[in-house]
Amino acid sequence: MKDKRTWFWLFLAPVLISLFFVVVLPLLFGIYYSFTDWNGIFLTKFVGFKNYSAVFQNTSFLNALWFTVKFAIVSIIMENIIGLGLALLVTQKFKGNNFLRTIFFMPNLIGGLILGFIWQFIFVKAFAAIGGLIGIKAMESWLATPNTGFWGLVILMSWQYAGYIMVIYIAYLENVDRELIEAAEIDGANAWQRFYQITVPMIAPAFTVNLFLTLSNSFKLYDQNLSLTAGGPYNSTQMLAMDIYNTAFSQNNMALGQSKAVIFFLIVAIISLTQVYYSKKKEVDVG
Amino acid sequence: MKSKHFSNRMIMVVSFMLGLLWLMPFYLMVVNSLKTKKDIFTNTLGLPNPFTGSNYPDAMQQLDFIKSLVNSLLITLVSVVVIIIFSSMAAYALARTKRRISGIIFLVFAAAMLIPFQSVMIPLVSIFGKVHMLNRIGIVFMYLGFGSSLSIFLYHGSLKSIPVAMDEAARMDGCNRWQTFWYIIFPMLKPITVTVAILNSIWIWNDYLLPSLVINAPNTQTIPLKMFFFFGEYTKQWNLALAGLAISIIPIIIFYFFMQKQIMKGMTQGSVK
Repeated sequence: MKDKRTWFWLFLAPVLISLFFVVVLPLLFGIYYSFTDWNGIFLTKFVGFKNYSAVFQNTSFLNALWFTVKFAIVSIIMENIIGLGLALLVTQKFKGNNFLRTIFFMPNLIGGLILGFIWQFIFVKAFAAIGGLIGIKAMESWLATPNTGFWGLVILMSWQYAGYIMVIYIAYLENVDRELIEAAEIDGANAWQRFYQITVPMIAPAFTVNLFLTLSNSFKLYDQNLSLTAGGPYNSTQMLAMDIYNTAFSQNNMALGQSKAVIFFLIVAIISLTQVYYSKKKEVDVG
Repeated sequence: MKSKHFSNRMIMVVSFMLGLLWLMPFYLMVVNSLKTKKDIFTNTLGLPNPFTGSNYPDAMQQLDFIKSLVNSLLITLVSVVVIIIFSSMAAYALARTKRRISGIIFLVFAAAMLIPFQSVMIPLVSIFGKVHMLNRIGIVFMYLGFGSSLSIFLYHGSLKSIPVAMDEAARMDGCNRWQTFWYIIFPMLKPITVTVAILNSIWIWNDYLLPSLVINAPNTQTIPLKMFFFFGEYTKQWNLALAGLAISIIPIIIFYFFMQKQIMKGMTQGSVK
């Protein structure tokens, strides 16, 4: 009996120790710090909810929150529509459909930082050249205004993430019973009816998975934000993760930054828990 | 029947045009990396004139490319091996005991996955700074902490499909737990080990924020950290920057075209869990 316990804990020890020091301890310290005047080195007193009330009066946080919410809504829609569209195309039978899957998925292999730099070139130089060529002045100053910065991020993320979402839709689409679709075709259902009445209900779980995936990814975005716009112009395209980083490490306001970090944790955790709740509920409904 | 044939053709044409559109950013990156600085400004969309190969050696030198490549490979390889060894062992311990504590620990790992990096980043740097662990050993330890949850989940799922009778037979033959796991069970986990390796390699190879906080000294910088060399300054040398970006992508693309099926499967498997 004693031997049984020993091996169990020995096998678990390395991951438990690392998880404790890397995730659990910093989380607890972080919550603790957010109620103090911690400046990164010293801590003199508890301040109650003072940091939190400061967060909600902090314009850079409120702007980042609003920008992130806007970005999340628009990019969830874009990524899912494009991702599903691509999935529908490449699940048709034609030569080269597998090769195209590889192409559409490819951006996801490359780090967000590098993708952001590549697109900075596309927006700043290539867009300007195309704009000059076809005479659209608006294309010549991309990323220089808050609006073009916003759409720049949306385009970059749609380009990158649609291929990822596509693969998940493909997995569900390939499980759709072909006979059912053929039977409907014989019965005279047109392409739209077949899609809407048969395919959509059968891939419904994919919508749930992908909506939450794109939602939590949009909220956690950092690398692409940093390399594409760096939050500019004038912090107008700064998202939540970047605001936390800048508050703590650029402005050296550790306690305020950590309070933002705790709020950020709550937002992301609520999104993930809602997803868990949803998928559990669905399983019960079905079974 | 003829219209069906026609619409299939249309789908194919549209798909390939979208494929080209998707490759456009890479195309523009490569083409412009072969131009002079002046040519990029006056002729962004056309082919290089004159054709200029010198951006590549210049960019490699400025990036200290061989060194950062070795740094990236070293951090990624060591971290992934450490994650594979310890996550598979932990998953085995959890999958083969039916005590309440196993369920609780499993739940703790699940909960840890809900925590975004930015919410623990500030205290993490402060704690590890105090014990002088903001170095390469420290970052491997951190990757184990952040990467183990998902890896344990994946291993746990596979272990459930390996019958306990395998363990019992090995134990009967005199193997202890350690031997049973490493000689009998772990080899049977090879498919999921490939997935775990791919997922963690791509994440760690591309990771920027954590290394920027932990190993941002000139001689330990990884490739993503080096990229700021071209972008941190006020004037951008696009010719060198694009060549630098292109070189940094090449290793991944090669890796991808060798293992695309497994990579696409593995990366999405990790997300759906």
